[in-house]
Order: sequence, then structure tokens, then C-alpha cells
Amino acid sequence: MIPAKFDYERPSSLSEAISLLSSGGPDARPIAGGHSLLPLMRLRLSRPTLLVDIGGLSDLRYVREDGDHLAIGALATHDDLARSAELLDRCALIPCVAEQIGDPQVRHRGTIGGSVAHADPASDLPAALMVLDAEIIAHGSNGPRTVLATDFFQGPFMSALEPDEILTEIRVPARDGWGSSYQKFQRRAQDWAIVGVTALIESGDGITGAAIGLTNMGGTPLRATAVEQALVGSSDPDGVAAAAAKVAEIGTPPADENASSEYRLHLAEVLIKRAVAEALS
Amino acid sequence: MKPISVNVNGFQHEADVEPRTLLVHFLREQIGLTGTNIGCDTSSCGACTVLMNGRSVKACTVLAVQADGQSITTVEGLAENGEWHAVQRAFHEAHGLQCGFCTPGMMMASVSYLKENPSPSEGEVRLALEGNLCRCTGYHNIVKAVLTAAEEMADASAG
Ligand SMILES: Cc1cc2nc3c(=O)[nH]c(=O)nc-3n(C[C@H](O)[C@H](O)[C@H](O)COP(=O)(O)OP(=O)(O)OC[C@H]3O[C@@H](n4cnc5c(N)ncnc54)[C@H](O)[C@@H]3O)c2cc1C
Ligand code: FES
Ligand code: FES
Repeated sequence: MIPAKFDYERPSSLSEAISLLSSGGPDARPIAGGHSLLPLMRLRLSRPTLLVDIGGLSDLRYVREDGDHLAIGALATHDDLARSAELLDRCALIPCVAEQIGDPQVRHRGTIGGSVAHADPASDLPAALMVLDAEIIAHGSNGPRTVLATDFFQGPFMSALEPDEILTEIRVPARDGWGSSYQKFQRRAQDWAIVGVTALIESGDGITGAAIGLTNMGGTPLRATAVEQALVGSSDPDGVAAAAAKVAEIGTPPADENASSEYRLHLAEVLIKRAVAEALS
Repeated sequence: MKPISVNVNGFQHEADVEPRTLLVHFLREQIGLTGTNIGCDTSSCGACTVLMNGRSVKACTVLAVQADGQSITTVEGLAENGEWHAVQRAFHEAHGLQCGFCTPGMMMASVSYLKENPSPSEGEVRLALEGNLCRCTGYHNIVKAVLTAAEEMADASAG
């Protein structure tokens, strides 16, 4: 289907984009890759009156090392992330997640900024940003501000962004030497995760550090903190299995046509074991 | 209406479009290149795949205004000097199609992928085509065609 009518502007700078958004009324929206927004507009589930196309702001498309952090521009595509030498070297979790998003065509267009701003509980990158303790930088009419990933996601499709704010950069600490894994459970190729588990593991004599993220197990991406605590100090599969069982402490995950709450918990427990094993290998 | 200027298959096209015009409709209806098909409403099937600046995209999920200033290649632009592209020849030779509806999208996705990975394994080809659905073939001959094209292209560049 064809989207409902809208006006379209293509600003040539960030400040122009922000002023277009703040003067554009309540139904003005930025568009980056368009791979979440256009499918919704084509089904007329979303009807913005003004699209501010930030896709041409090429200085927001980068991945660079910045001391012990990596800085990722909002317009870096999923494909950029999957191939970034800097990320593969110092924060391999992000490429590992990015290469599992959608299909190649989607990864050529979709951006990390759009994925994060959209705050879809089934999106793959948000849980990775939670386990990485990422910082999300946004610019609006009141200037820039930084929001922690853990505060950014507020509910299904709800984030801490104000309507006139543009997400510009995501900063993650380098995780040199940490093992990582993303286990995405889907029924068909190209599908969204029914459940996803993101693991970052540091090990020496047994597990010395653990961060476990959950995708599509609630209205926002979650950290499985009880699992993380139980993993530290464990060194054998029995210990990991006992830790994975603590995922039940997150409460009751949602039920939908793909999975009941019980099945989601079962999947999460199995996927945590697989993710930890892969991150350790 | 917004004025746009898009390079399609080497020709520059100037046009006025409504912002809501999808790239696939612009290509089919305004330029008359109907090789790019529309197979779904959900960005799932890949029948509309074209190259944008050399990389595969789904033309039903790009606005024509987003293609302003960019280069697009459609299936009509694959052949050069009357000679089929190696991928077109391979789909013909390996019979990588039945009804042919998915074929333009399959070929464009394959052309994009073989630039990234000129000598893929069978498994890699299957993954690379995960955004393209075929209702007819069971995919076997499509995968065979892409592998054949990869070999042919490697031979051509070696010879
Ligand atoms: C067929 C298909 C399969 C997919 N499969 C997956 C999948 O498996 N996993 C997954 O995670 N995703 C998947 N996606 C979604 C894809 O990853 C999107 O690219 C991504 O969610 C949104 O990025 P975008 O740049 O396309 O954003 P857009 O669609 O342009 O924007 C999305 C929303 O974010 C806002 N926005 C965008 N950029 C900014 C910014 N910089 N600042 C503030 N607001 C902004 C927009 O206003 C809009 O509300 C799929 C999409 C398709 C079409
Ligand atoms: S028409 Fe199906 S993905 Fe574009
Ligand atoms: S050949 Fe008929 S859809 Fe693929």
C-alpha cells in the first residue's frame, strides 16, 4: 500500500533538522533508513504529517575508536556495524548482533539510530546496548544530552527521546578480551526474535564477569541480573545451567501468537546456556 | 510534489514526485521499467530488489525522494552491450526459475552479494538470499545458479 500524504524535508545540517522537527508540529518525524517507519506508514499504522529525512547527514555515519570507548554515529547501518574492523576488534558483540538483523537488503538501509529510537521490544540491538552499558547521545532544541541505555527504553515503542530530539551517537566501552554471543530464536529466516539472548562474558579461572541481555522478554530490553550474579564464579556447565534457571526471576514475559510466557522462559533459559557456552569458546 | 534527479541504469532522470511515492512505483510507473516486481506489502519478499549505489535494497521500502541524487540499477540495467550479466546467464543455464516472478529480485540480490563475497559456499548463498522469497522453485536451482555465476565470474576475471 501507499502511505498517507505527508510533507518531506531534507535538511543539510543537524541544527536545521532539529528546527524542522520543533516547528513541524506533533506529527513530524525524522526518517533515517525508513525500515521501521515506512512499513508502518504503508500499512497506515503510522501517519506522520512531516518527514524530516536525516539520511543525508553523512557526518552522522561512522564508527570510531575514542580511547577506551567506541563511538557509533546514529546513521551507521546494520551492515556498517557488521563489518566494522574497530567493532570486530574491540566490541565484537555489536557486529555479532547486527549481522543477524533482518536480511542483507534491510541491513543495507536500516540504521542503529533508527533501531534504538524506534524502541521495538523485538529489535536486536537494544538489548546489546543494555549489556554494554551504552550511552545514547541526543541533540534537541535545548542542546545535547546523554542518556544511559538502561534509562532510555521506557516501554514498547517508547523511549526517553523528546519529539524534537535526534539521536546522534551511541558510545560503548571497549570490551577487549570479553567473549560475546547473540542467540536469536526465530521460526523463519529473516524473522524477528521470538526471544533473543545477548551474552558478554569475561573469564579467567572460571567466569569473572557476565552481562546477559534479553530481547522480546518484556516491553523493553532487559538485563537478567540474577543470572549475571549467579554466573560469576561458576566454571562448569552445571553452574551455568543453575545460573540460567534464575532467568525466571524477571517475572512473567509476554505471551503472543508466537510463544506463551512459559515457553518464552524456557527458550530464554536454553538460549542463555548456549550463549554463555559460545561466549566462552 | 518534489523534484528529484535519479540515475537509473546509467541514465539521469529528472522528475516531480509526490513524497509518498515509493521507489518501486517510480521505477515501474514513471520510468516504465517494469522488471522490478512488487510481491508483498510487508517488505518481506524481495521481488522489488534493486541496487542503490551498488548495494541491494528493497525498492518498496525506499521513497523515491530518498533516491534523489543516487544511482539505481534495475534488472534492465544488468546486461552490457547486449550481453547478459553472468548472473543472468547462470539463472538461465541452471534453470534458476519457474514462474520467474521472484527472478529479477533474486538476481539483483545475487549481484550485490557476489560483489561482497565472490566465492561463497552453498550455505552462504542461502543466507545471503534470506530476504528473497520464491513460491515455486524450492530454491535449489536458484542457489545452484548463484554458485555457477560465481565460478563463471571468477574464471572471467582470471582469464
Ligand atoms: C523485512 C524487515 C525485517 C527486519 N528484521 C529485523 C530484525 O530481525 N531485527 C531488528 O532489530 N530489526 C529488524 N528490522 C528493522 C530494521 O532493523 C530497521 O532498520 C530499524 O529498526 C530502524 O532503523 P531505520 O534507520 O530504518 O529507522 P526509521 O524507520 O527511519 O525510523 C524508525 C523510527 O525511529 C525514528 N528515528 C530514526 N532515526 C532517528 C534518530 N537518529 N533520532 C531520533 N529518531 C530517529 C523515526 O522517527 C521512526 O520513528 C526489519 C525491518 C524489515 C523491513
Ligand atoms: S515488494 Fe515484497 S519486499 Fe518489496
Ligand atoms: S520462480 Fe516463481 S516465485 Fe520464484
